[in-house]
This record gives sequence, C-alpha cells and structure tokens, in this order.
Amino acid sequence: MSDRLFAATRKGLFEFRPQGGRAWAVARTSFLGSPVSMVLADPRDGALYAALDLGHFGCKLHRSEDGGATWSETAAPSYAGVEADADDPPSLKLIWALEAGGADEPGVLWAGTIPGGLFRSEDRGDSWSLVRGLWDDPRRKDWFGGGYDSPGIHSILVDPRDSRRIALGISTGGVWESQDGGASWTLGGQGLRAAYTPPDQAYDPIRQDVHRLARCAAEPDSLWIQHHNGVFRATGGIGRWEEIEPPVSAFGFAVAVHPQKPGTAWFAPAVKDEYRYPVDGRLVVNRTTDGGATFETLSQGLPQADAYDLVYRHGLDVDPSGERLAMGSTTGGLWFSEDGGDRWSGVQARLPPIYAVRFA
Amino acid sequence: MASIVFTPHLRAVGPLRPAAYAGATLAEILDAMTADYPRLKDYVLDDQGRLRKHIAIFVDGAMVAREIALTQPLQASSDVYVFQALSGG
Repeated sequence: MSDRLFAATRKGLFEFRPQGGRAWAVARTSFLGSPVSMVLADPRDGALYAALDLGHFGCKLHRSEDGGATWSETAAPSYAGVEADADDPPSLKLIWALEAGGADEPGVLWAGTIPGGLFRSEDRGDSWSLVRGLWDDPRRKDWFGGGYDSPGIHSILVDPRDSRRIALGISTGGVWESQDGGASWTLGGQGLRAAYTPPDQAYDPIRQDVHRLARCAAEPDSLWIQHHNGVFRATGGIGRWEEIEPPVSAFGFAVAVHPQKPGTAWFAPAVKDEYRYPVDGRLVVNRTTDGGATFETLSQGLPQADAYDLVYRHGLDVDPSGERLAMGSTTGGLWFSEDGGDRWSGVQARLPPIYAVRFA
Repeated sequence: MASIVFTPHLRAVGPLRPAAYAGATLAEILDAMTADYPRLKDYVLDDQGRLRKHIAIFVDGAMVAREIALTQPLQASSDVYVFQALSGG
C-alpha cells in the first residue's frame, strides 16, 4: 500500500497522508499559488519532481531530495535551437508527463510536453535532450492539437521488461512505441476509432485522440486507452485494439489499470466532448474486472447530485496493491477508495482544480 | 550604466532593488545579469530567446513594443522596467 499521495493542482502541490483511521489529510504543501502541471516520485532514488506552469514566466522543473521539505530548480526541457515547423519556432508550453526511466537506468527521466516533444534526461533533470527520432519523424506533422493549440505527449510508459521500449499516448496523434530507446518509432493503434473525422479516416491510427494510455505493470502487453470517443483494450502490445462499450458514457479522460490484473481497469465517465461534466451531475467510476466484458458503475461515497467535477487524464491513480485508488477533479474534489473502488471517501479540504494525482 | 527594475514577482530569481548593469540593449543587460542571477533570463525569455508574451518592457517612461524591446539601443542613463501583464485567477 502507498501511504502518500501527491496532488498537482492549479495552486500548488499537496501531499496527503492517512491520518488516524482511514481519513486522508493534507500533510504538506509546496509551491502554494503556483500551477503544478505534473509531479513524479522517482521510485529508484526517492527524489521528487514538480513541473510548474508559471504562465508569464514559463514552465519550470523543481527537484526535492528530502521528500518535499525543500526544492531546487533544475533545467526544464527546452526547444532552444529547434527549427520551426512553420513560421513559429517551438517553445515549451507545458510539461504534461514526467516518468522515471527503468530500474537499470538510474538518473534517466522522460518528459512529454506541449508542443509534442519527448525529452530525455540522463542526470536527474539537470539537463534534457529532445528525442530527435520522434521529433524528426515526418509523420509527426500529422498530429494536431486536442484541447490545446498544439499536440502533446501525456502518457509515457517505460516497459518494465526492457527500458529501451517506450510507449507514448499523444493527443492528438495516436499511440507510438520505440524499441530502441527513442531512435525509431512505430505507430500502433489498429482498431482505434475516431468519431470526429471524415468517415474514411475514422480508423487512421494517427487521427486517434488518445486521452490516456495505461498498462498492467505485471503484464505490460495488456494496455487500456480512454479515448476521446471510446474505451479500448489491447492484449498484445500497442498494435491492435478492441473497442469496449462502457456504461454511462464512453467519453472521459482518465484510466487506471490494476497493477497485477490486466483485465481490471477504472474509468471516470463524463458527458461527451462538447460538455464535459458527470452525466446527470452524478460522479461515478466505471470498473471492469473481466477485460471489459462487463462493468460496474461505482458511486458509493461519491457525490450523486449537483456534482460537476471533471476528472482530467492524470486525475485517477491506483497504488501498487491494486486496492487503493485516488481520484481528483477540476473542482478540487479528491476521493480515496481502499477497496478497489467499491466505496469512496472525500477529503475534508477545498482544493484548487486538480491536474494530477499520484501515489508514491 | 542603465538602471533596471524587475517585477517583484521575480524576486526569487532576480534583484530585489533597482540594479545597475552595463549594456547597449536589454538583451546585453540580461546577459550581463546572468552571472549574478543565473535563472533570471529563462523567466523573461522563452526557450527560443524571445521576450515572453506577458512581459512588458518600459524604458524611460514609455512601453516598448515587444518586437524591439530586446534590441532597442539604451542610453547609459536609461531606466528600464521589466514588468508583467496582469491576468489569471
């Protein structure tokens, strides 16, 4: 069980711990007032990383060596010297994904950004390099912005069997995998379906607005996608996908996958794309335990009237036990479950809008 | 030397009080300040070296268009203000 959860919010980073009994409460705050777009706790050395989106002053990255008591600014991914696609040379707009490299690569970090660059650090964030193998891939020109002006990389999965295998989810640009540490890339996504394109392009893998890509840690070839207009499952890597029909709504941003059971996954459905709030104002979680054949819609402990909480793509997480879940919303709601989602309990805090929750 | 003042929002990375630095342009002054304030430039300029969108530059009482703010010649007696637009919630 993880006894620590970080919530990256519009106005700071919040650390939660269970206090007495089972109630989770704020144990520490960092960067109060500043938007924190992503947080990473590196399981290899215990370092914490926080990505700040300072608006006027740009995106910054900070590292803590003491569990969040003190922070120091590191380098941030930079597009300095990267040529323009069109008239406008790219610059960093958002650090949208931060992941640790493999257990055999101490110090290696990956960052996904808007615009759609993937960056690698080999020195714990002190310097970053744009992964040219992806940036220079001519197919990247077919990506487009989904919700933001530019496309972005929001999901980075390092294969636990081989640190050189990296899978990405891109909004909007489908799912990609490198087997050589980023030098070359394969576009996956056969079977993904886009309802927002001309019909003849509906199954074009590069047109797919993958909202979130997640995998089962124990069976890394078993993956799930919450997509702009559907839920999809793969059981043999990122190549081929099966569309799943969830109850309530197929729209949503987040998916979390059980770390040991590849057929178990959780979703936070919402009214589809042009509205984006819980169906009927009732906040629920969809759970499948049989690979998507059936779902349960879980609501115990979640607000069931006048709830307009949207759960963003990084707003749902499961801990290594597979039993403890956390879910954070755009209206600052934060709920925990200790039993795989059967029952939820909200924290007694009125938080800023939540961008990401992560157990550590 | 020109006198340069930064918005107090940058107090964590820049000077707290008006500072004097030599430089024929704002770009040169920012370069000269890097030795004392290594993080400052990245807060004022983006990763392509452009003035960030919501930074406003005033020289001797007049706001300077962003396109020329980094390269406009300064006088040795110039007063330069690096401020920010107000936005957000």
